[in-house]
Amino acid sequence: MNGPQDLGGQMGFGPVAPEKNEPLFHADWEKRAMGMTIAAGAMGHWNIDESRHARESLHPADYYTSSYYEIWAKALEVLLKRHGFVQPLELDAGRSLGKGTQPKRVLKAENVAAALAKGGPCDRPVAGAPRFQSGDRIRTHNFNPEAHTRLPRYARGKLGVVEAVRGGFVFPDSNAHGKGENPQYVYTVVFSAPEIWGDGADPAVTVSIDAWESYLEPA
Amino acid sequence: MPHDHDDHHHDNELDPMAARVRALETILTEKGLIDPQAIDAIVDTYETKVGPRNGARVVAKAWSDPEYADWLRRDATAAIESLRYTGRQGEHMQAVFNTPDTHNLVVCTLCSCYPWSVLGLPPVWYKSPPYRSKAVIDPRGVLTEFDLVLPETTRIRVWDSTAELRYLVVPMRPEGSEGMSEEQLARLVTRDSMIGTGLALVPEAA
Repeated sequence: MNGPQDLGGQMGFGPVAPEKNEPLFHADWEKRAMGMTIAAGAMGHWNIDESRHARESLHPADYYTSSYYEIWAKALEVLLKRHGFVQPLELDAGRSLGKGTQPKRVLKAENVAAALAKGGPCDRPVAGAPRFQSGDRIRTHNFNPEAHTRLPRYARGKLGVVEAVRGGFVFPDSNAHGKGENPQYVYTVVFSAPEIWGDGADPAVTVSIDAWESYLEPA
Repeated sequence: MPHDHDDHHHDNELDPMAARVRALETILTEKGLIDPQAIDAIVDTYETKVGPRNGARVVAKAWSDPEYADWLRRDATAAIESLRYTGRQGEHMQAVFNTPDTHNLVVCTLCSCYPWSVLGLPPVWYKSPPYRSKAVIDPRGVLTEFDLVLPETTRIRVWDSTAELRYLVVPMRPEGSEGMSEEQLARLVTRDSMIGTGLALVPEAA
């Protein structure tokens, strides 16, 4: 979706302003929001793509005025409501008002180390050979889906070169919406800055994205 | 009197996000959906176990051992796993090597993708709109904000982490580091040098 998350090339946000000796967390609630996001995700009722889509579906004004852990916490509320774990009244009351969806599993403290060490690999076998090979010239698809996609606006309809075939991966555009993993080959695709940004772009800059096969057409 | 109860987190109590997150944790705990101690364990993992020292050891080994560097280039996931750095947001790793001609810079314009297994949790600036918007259109300008000015002839390659591959930049080994042990070398490898917003530190002149 052309949402607030699609930031590449936007202007007006001011300096990067890296903080010297930045602490890992800026408030205790950030720790809880981070841990809760992982622990609730471990119940197994939504995937990382649906999580990302919940975050980017926040109202742009909300997204841009929220810190990243705020975005996580707000999206977590959306996911918990969507999947029937929590009712809006409960969020207002700050306490449970009854049973909701029963979780497939609950992450216990003793299983955290193993769960984090395992992660969530999303490479998958894909039937058939990759459509593209390293060195192939491609043009990226031009589309503006309202649904989740991982092809940023700045890289749509652009000429690029396949640099590497990365293997098969879960397709976020369908997986985010409960429509299955439908794995596709992923490719690292390189563009020149002038191809993306046009007049005045630095010819010594290249930008790459990792693109699912259906984002690409031969050129 | 502003402090009229005994909660030492008083300042956070007044913050709307702190209240909101605490309410959510209360609800989820009451419903048995989360184990608060699991959250403690997750936080502890990233506060004390998984952070940029992991990545620094990978880089130091690559600087010291050409065979390891070659393995890292070909199969970063396996090469990094051999040092026991595995797991969440490091399942599919790529290592990209800076050279005298080309400097690599990593960003996630669409969210906050970052190689947790080797760098830990990302800093705020990495996840925020200024960096995410600018890194792809004006990488040189971004680097100057980190006091890094590269020659105009140095090519810059920006890696936008749009899929599940996670990128670790291997900075160039600094001059004057000849003969240093891996442990000493690792101390020269900053987090930012592994994102591409910095270079490795130069050893102080003996």
